[in-house]
Amino acid sequence: MRFWRSFRKKKTVKTDIYIMKFKKVLLNGLWNEMPPFKLVLGLCPALAVTSSAENGLGMGMATTFVLVLSNLVISLLRKVIPDKVRIASYIVVIATLVVIVEMLMKAYFFNLSQQLGIFIPLIVVNCIILGRAEAFASRNPAPLSVVDGVSIGIGYSISLTMIGIVRETLGAGTLFGVPIFWEGFEPFAFMVKAPGAFICLGVMLGLMNAYSRWRGEHLVQLQS
Amino acid sequence: MNWFLIAISAIFVNNILLAQYLGNCPFMGVSKRLSTALGMGAAVIFVATLASVFTWIIYHYVMVPYGIEYMQTLIFILVIAALVQFVEIFLKKKSRAIYNALGIYLPLITTNCAVMGIALLNIKNENGFFEMLVFSFASAVGFSLALILFAGIRERMITTPIPIVLRGTAIALIMAGIMSLAFMGFAGMGS
Repeated sequence: MRFWRSFRKKKTVKTDIYIMKFKKVLLNGLWNEMPPFKLVLGLCPALAVTSSAENGLGMGMATTFVLVLSNLVISLLRKVIPDKVRIASYIVVIATLVVIVEMLMKAYFFNLSQQLGIFIPLIVVNCIILGRAEAFASRNPAPLSVVDGVSIGIGYSISLTMIGIVRETLGAGTLFGVPIFWEGFEPFAFMVKAPGAFICLGVMLGLMNAYSRWRGEHLVQLQS
Repeated sequence: MNWFLIAISAIFVNNILLAQYLGNCPFMGVSKRLSTALGMGAAVIFVATLASVFTWIIYHYVMVPYGIEYMQTLIFILVIAALVQFVEIFLKKKSRAIYNALGIYLPLITTNCAVMGIALLNIKNENGFFEMLVFSFASAVGFSLALILFAGIRERMITTPIPIVLRGTAIALIMAGIMSLAFMGFAGMGS
């Protein structure tokens, strides 16, 4: 009896730890390592395709798809891939997934894929995906890696959509294509152009830092 | 004069960093010191031109005849990765001086979106061989120009009092925005 009791107790503690670990990984991408603000990677799409909220969301979703699947495949193969050629192997896996996404988007979301243009093939060189493969998927089991992919991917999608919302409302006076301001509102065309993208992202990063500081968190910013 | 216009447009008007948003990760990452920026700039000019030539030839003489254009992404990234490896080995063997100057930047270039972006833009804009050559070289020069100018400004920012929440990447992004605004002034020049 005593043996069984101790066994059961042990088991529940173990599952509890496991669930806690999942929760931690799941929440990680939504604040602690939210790209591109906290984890300063993947800036190019964050600047380039966020001239409207819809484009930002579409890009975020495409990246999430690649990220989740690449984390899954790489973590399943992590014992098979030799250490020396791991980066090249990761790139092959990621590139294959990106080709799949490219074809799916051309088939089902043609307009969006035309607007995103060369930034869909460029998901291959998005540092977030390679970064997560190297930092997380190559040393954690498959279920945890998938959760990490989902979490970072959702965090990235939220960031891109947020930047898109700010730039679209100020730069074009619309939100998801629907006009939201009074008639005669003159939008700042500057916001949907290149300088607006940089400045908008910089100011948002500053605001997030200010919030972290106000909450008393340690600033995990990439310091120069 | 056509090639001259292409070059001016690629360097200033459609600057690959400040107008087309390609290659921002190294732009933020290696622009902290002028010397590293110079090294990275030189490495990008070298690899981007070479990679564009190879990918253009492979696309037009291998992929189009066999009808496998949809494999573009996969093949291009493999060509770039292989090329970077090859250049690294070649320089290590043949020219120690250049290797010492560029060596540590070469592996970073594989995931530089500017290199892949230039190769993809060449295909998308349906450039001929000569146009491709000028465009790739000029775009890479534009990248290096922006990177070096930016590093110069960033070196000076170390001694300036910046609000604590803006330090690091935030102020760098705002700076890049102002620089991009300045580069927008070139827009009237091409036409």
